[in-house]
Amino acid sequence: MKYLGLVWRNAWRKKARTSLTMLSVMVAFLLFALLNAIAFAFRSGQDVADAERLVVIHKISLINPLPISYEARIAATPGVAEVTHASWFGGYYQEPRNQFAQFPVDARAYFEMYPELDIEPGQLESWADNRIGAVVGPEQFGWTIGDRIPILSTIWPQTDGERTWEFELAGIFSTSDQRGSTAYMLFNYDYFEEARAFGKGTVGWYILRVAPGANPVEVAQAIDEQFANSPNETETSTEAAFAASFAKQFGNIALIVQLILGAVFFTLLLVAGNTMSQSVRERIPELAVLKTVGFSDGSVLGIVLSESILIIALGGLLGLGLGWLAVQGAASSMGAMLPGIYLSGPAILTAIAIIIGAGILAGIFPALKAMRLSIVDALARG
Amino acid sequence: MTEILAKLEHVSRVYQKGREKVDVLHELDLEIEKGDFLALMGPSGSGKTTLLNLLGGLDRPTGGTVTVGGQELSAMSNSQLSGWRSTHVGFIFQFYNLLPVLTAQKNVELPLLLTNMSGKERSRRAGIALEIVGLADRANHKPRELSGGQEQRVAIARAIVSDPELLLCDEPTGDLDRQTADEILKLLQTLNREHGKTIIMVTHDAQAAEYAQRTLHMDKGKLEARAAA
Amino acid sequence: MKVINQIAAVTALNVRNLPQRLGGSLVAIVGVAAVVLVFAAVLSMAAGFERTMVSAGSEDTAIVMRAGATAELNSGLGNDDVQIVRNAPGVLRDGDEPVVSPELYVVVDIVKKSTGDDANVPLRGVGSGAFDVRSGVEIVAGRMFEEGRNELIVGRAAQQEFAGLDVGGEIRFGQTTWNVVGVFAANGSVSESELWTDVRVLQTMYRRGNSVQSVRVRLESPGALETLGTALAEDPRIEVDVRSERDYYASQAAPLSQFIRIVGYPLTVLMAIGAVFGALNSMYASVSVRGKEIATLRALGFGPLPVLVSTIVESTLLALVGGLAGGALAYVAFNGFRVSTLNGASFSQVVFDFAVTPELLSQGLVAALIIGLVGGFFPALRAARLPVAQALREL
Repeated sequence: MKYLGLVWRNAWRKKARTSLTMLSVMVAFLLFALLNAIAFAFRSGQDVADAERLVVIHKISLINPLPISYEARIAATPGVAEVTHASWFGGYYQEPRNQFAQFPVDARAYFEMYPELDIEPGQLESWADNRIGAVVGPEQFGWTIGDRIPILSTIWPQTDGERTWEFELAGIFSTSDQRGSTAYMLFNYDYFEEARAFGKGTVGWYILRVAPGANPVEVAQAIDEQFANSPNETETSTEAAFAASFAKQFGNIALIVQLILGAVFFTLLLVAGNTMSQSVRERIPELAVLKTVGFSDGSVLGIVLSESILIIALGGLLGLGLGWLAVQGAASSMGAMLPGIYLSGPAILTAIAIIIGAGILAGIFPALKAMRLSIVDALARG
Repeated sequence: MTEILAKLEHVSRVYQKGREKVDVLHELDLEIEKGDFLALMGPSGSGKTTLLNLLGGLDRPTGGTVTVGGQELSAMSNSQLSGWRSTHVGFIFQFYNLLPVLTAQKNVELPLLLTNMSGKERSRRAGIALEIVGLADRANHKPRELSGGQEQRVAIARAIVSDPELLLCDEPTGDLDRQTADEILKLLQTLNREHGKTIIMVTHDAQAAEYAQRTLHMDKGKLEARAAA
Repeated sequence: MKVINQIAAVTALNVRNLPQRLGGSLVAIVGVAAVVLVFAAVLSMAAGFERTMVSAGSEDTAIVMRAGATAELNSGLGNDDVQIVRNAPGVLRDGDEPVVSPELYVVVDIVKKSTGDDANVPLRGVGSGAFDVRSGVEIVAGRMFEEGRNELIVGRAAQQEFAGLDVGGEIRFGQTTWNVVGVFAANGSVSESELWTDVRVLQTMYRRGNSVQSVRVRLESPGALETLGTALAEDPRIEVDVRSERDYYASQAAPLSQFIRIVGYPLTVLMAIGAVFGALNSMYASVSVRGKEIATLRALGFGPLPVLVSTIVESTLLALVGGLAGGALAYVAFNGFRVSTLNGASFSQVVFDFAVTPELLSQGLVAALIIGLVGGFFPALRAARLPVAQALREL
């Protein structure tokens, strides 16, 4: 580390060039952070899935409802610890662009099923006891407890033909897992069931928890076999597999992101590599002096490589930092439009690996050139 | 008191220039005593710089052996040579070759980075070296803020900071005016007389050579012994 | 005109020694090429998706759904409603028979060939008028389904994208087995992502009674949309929305294509900023390499303007080369590239081709030009202001 001063000063030999290179690196890593956060949103929560939770949907498609009578039969299946349900409401607040997710659920059972969701017990009780009560994640349209919220459902009219449903905000929940989205609303299934014009006696899907020690795969099979050859066959999968199958429907978002980033980083390598080779070319006599003074070939290689890594690391960390701020900002301001946007730990680790890798790649050829430099020739040029 | 510091035996150096072979040094023998101040003169291309590079372990002979301080340089590996240079020899060039991005102080400290010395100790020694060359007050200036003579003094400080026995100077005053050149040469003389440094100096300048204890002339890769002044 | 001559002379000199500065110039070119490539590739998704959606819609076809429904999936109409629509004014008649198709839209899971996972594929029950309310739909293999039987015809794109849809084969959804009897084409529109069957069969299979989700109506003329809309709005027996099919599909396409644009344009701007840094870098290097040459020219009496212009011309030229390369690469690699994705608005898969349109390519070139101008300007300024005497001394 005693060479750090030397490396640092060399890096800033041409301030304009180094700054411009660093800024390009910064932009590349800002893109990396943003694109990864968006790709994470498209993973539909695979990363927060609980291995003990299974999801039961209609075999034909998620859109087909299942009878409410299945709840008791699923609960009675060996290996099932608890079961609850949810449905898709498909509503928006005031205008269609304010579309977000709402689910009619059984209040207490739902929160028991999802222990990662936090709500004050008092709020949970007052919601469960209020027929038109609802709870939402934090910072949703600036609502506060006690607000009357009209939601227009694009799917479910009430028995009198009215499409706007009125709710009263009874609580605000949060999640202990920062990666999970909270951009949705939960309300009482009883209200939904009683007031909707059609579809009575059905739910969208069931969620169940496997009893400790039971094999989730066997439990899933047992449930599906139970309803085989009935009008409503089921398909049971783990929460993660369910999220993954949903995510895959969007197409290969991860691949698209990787292709874009591939182009970005390829260019970045060229920019940084060019900077390093210019920098080495300019100071061949100086490198020769270092060797004359007694610096070994390895030290000279290390000094040039460190300079390359330093420039990329500074730009890269700056870009990641900006990206992180941007993602935090986007998560709170556009959470409804893009729920689940998150800069994950593995993404950050990947970025750091790329910083080191790109630093080495951009610097290695100039560094080798510096290392192999013949002192006699180089001094003759000075 | 005739301890031999450096010895060249039958040293040849042939360069391949395209298809042609250039015989720069041919079967050269030379002994340099400890405490000597030797001036090497001769026309361009006579092999002076090559001789200097061989003595400093920057280049290898194509034939013969080079021994400095009892160690045979021609038998050492490149990394051994790097390590050896850092403690046994100091270089002084015509164009100073300071690193423009570092201050005078940091330039002088450079060779000490190769040791296990603490930062504090490095800085102390560099300070002493700068004081010897009379530039203690310019320690925090960058090379381009210094005059040519001052730059050369910094280069000399860098050459002596690790306390080597041998100083190799390649036209140290070639780029300086007469008065400045004389100051630099006096400094070298002081280093030779008071600090016991053995100095080998390549120069074109007969007046410069007068500061040395003896002068050797080179021509076409051979030494022509002439009486020293 | 002297200035023009000078500019031409200096620029020619400049371009002639470009090869000497190949490394830096190539970096600038590749940087710009990457911007245009990514821009064209990403936005060609939006363009292709929109083209597929919008080309399905025609101005003289209306779609009637329950009031407030944003998509067929969340609409519902009873048999009475269908009869009222059939007899409404503005509906084109073939003899006495109105040209309409009552349709039921459900979603089935079929394995997507590219991923091997289930995907939501639309299964549409259509009335006998289905081919008449849409233009350009034709059977290209096999035959039409027979009414009243478990027979499917499949869209050309769906057949390519999803497994088990070969003519003559069988496919099972839930407890019913269907025979695939034909393939239809629909000008590459979204209909090609669908499977069609007789609406009555589908109603029975899905226990929907007589209800449908939409009625498609061939209008007497595009202007008849208003006639039909007014008539149905004034009819107290019915509560429906009437929209032109084009309008409907455009609104279905909007969320996804807007999303791609919301991501795509800032992405391009960011990348362009990065490319500007790259271009600045290589142009500064170019100016410093040419320092002596510029100083010599200035000493000979050339003004600062030609030096300035020639530097900007150089960087613009490099950027244009990069832009053209990136655009060409995007066109070759992505134009016509077929994918399918889940369209949130209909909760089902839409198969579409990337479309690298001339508009996108020209937008990409404009971006390249801007990068070149910005990236050349500041170095050009430095070149023009170069202190002549100092630069000459460094000769």
